[in-house]
Amino acid sequence: MAMLQTRNSSAQPHVAGVENAVSARNISKNYVDVEALKDLSLDFPRGQLTSVLGPSGCGKTTLLKIIAGLLTPTSGKIEVNGKNVTGPGPDRAFVFQDFALLPWASVIRNVAFGLELRGVAKSERNSIAEKYIRDVGLDGFENSFPHELSGGMRQRVGLARALSVDAQVLLMDEPFSAVDEQTRRKFQEDLLSLIQTENKTFIFVTHSIEEAVYVSDQIAILLPRPSRVSEIIRPSGFRDKGVDNIRRDPEYLDIVDRIWASLRSYVE
Amino acid sequence: MFSRSLLLKFLSATIVFGTWEIAGRIPVSYAFPTFFESMSALVVLFLDGTIFTAYAETLKPLVVGIAISGVLGIGLGIWTGLSPKFDWLFSPIFIVMQSAPLAALIPLLIVAYGIGLTSKVFVVCIMAMPVIVLNTAGAVRNTPSSIKEMGRSFLGSERDIILKIIIPAASPIIFSGLRLGISAGFIGAILAELKITPTGVGDIISYSRSIADYPSMYAAIFSIILLAVLFLNLLEKVEKILFVGNIRGYASD
Repeated sequence: MAMLQTRNSSAQPHVAGVENAVSARNISKNYVDVEALKDLSLDFPRGQLTSVLGPSGCGKTTLLKIIAGLLTPTSGKIEVNGKNVTGPGPDRAFVFQDFALLPWASVIRNVAFGLELRGVAKSERNSIAEKYIRDVGLDGFENSFPHELSGGMRQRVGLARALSVDAQVLLMDEPFSAVDEQTRRKFQEDLLSLIQTENKTFIFVTHSIEEAVYVSDQIAILLPRPSRVSEIIRPSGFRDKGVDNIRRDPEYLDIVDRIWASLRSYVE
Repeated sequence: MFSRSLLLKFLSATIVFGTWEIAGRIPVSYAFPTFFESMSALVVLFLDGTIFTAYAETLKPLVVGIAISGVLGIGLGIWTGLSPKFDWLFSPIFIVMQSAPLAALIPLLIVAYGIGLTSKVFVVCIMAMPVIVLNTAGAVRNTPSSIKEMGRSFLGSERDIILKIIIPAASPIIFSGLRLGISAGFIGAILAELKITPTGVGDIISYSRSIADYPSMYAAIFSIILLAVLFLNLLEKVEKILFVGNIRGYASD
């Protein structure tokens, strides 16, 4: 447990040499009479993967959509690279839980759709899309339609679409929750190599404790009513030991147990 | 070789027309001719050119009315679907229009617009437009919110989101509204000719009935149904060309 650094939300960790790509400052969000988020502050270090983990209804997705600029906070502000967020921007790309693919469009048009909306010429956006279709392992399916693909393959399309706009920050809203267990494990391994190869900041919302500990550089635990960051955990010891050894590393197992111990009382 | 679906269509036509022929031969009513009598009356109408002059007259209110209903109906429907305010303003009008007993209201239209083309176009529009507007508005309103959010998060403009996401997503239901609306428009065109002034196909129907030439009357009715079916098939082809993905099912199953 000595390697485990834990800090309270009031004292944000500032890791030496790593600046923050995204910062949430005192974010509150009220729906009509529900307080979804209250005075939440959280930093997302550049080039790392931060998971937002918590029981259902704790405002994880709300936080992610506020960072994306899809929702406006009632108070507080989001900074991306030091600039205030007022709406969606080219510096952020979103991966949706339900994939959000256009059912009438082929794989290549879906992947290129983000570029299409930015006005990139067709030949250029198709060649970029082809590269990312290859990267996510879907070559040969360029002209298939979403309904012809399995759930896992559909999310690969969603991931390729987010990668192809080359945003620095990737926002992932429970991206693997709608795919089966085996596909999900493969996705998690692929995500780890993606963090290595792409120099991007990942913000990853999940409800799976194991998944969060497996893929994250930093885990923010959100507790509900009203939602706030209760704990920030930075696993440090097992990241370099290879994907096959993480799940039996003692630190991995300790963190999983500890997170469950603190979440248990909030799950009904 | 016939394809399976063509064979089924042929079989279904044979059953319907066969039943018609048998019912005419019994006869179920003195005023009900057999299928073959009606078809030979249709051939006569074609040969002496009556049917062509009749359709030249009938198609005027029909084409104008359907064009107005289609363009204006889809436009208003999209608008109504996008904005709750216009939904509040327009939806009640079209719901009333759809459920109003039109035949009873025709005298009012005559008082207001006379017995000319305008009144007939109105009848076609009142029949065709509500279902087109209401279907379009419903489809636009029910566009899955996640693909709209996707459009926003990838920096789509308001216009992009409407043209590239909402309309394609709504298109299957918009087209089914068009199909229903256009068939209602055909009914409206004949109703207008029977109730306002007897012209065109409506004239053939009411004149043949008055001289008890029932085969000609049924021939005229048959011809308008045939035209409607052909037109709806054409519309289906247009949909398949415009929205290739529509016939391929959906991702979120």
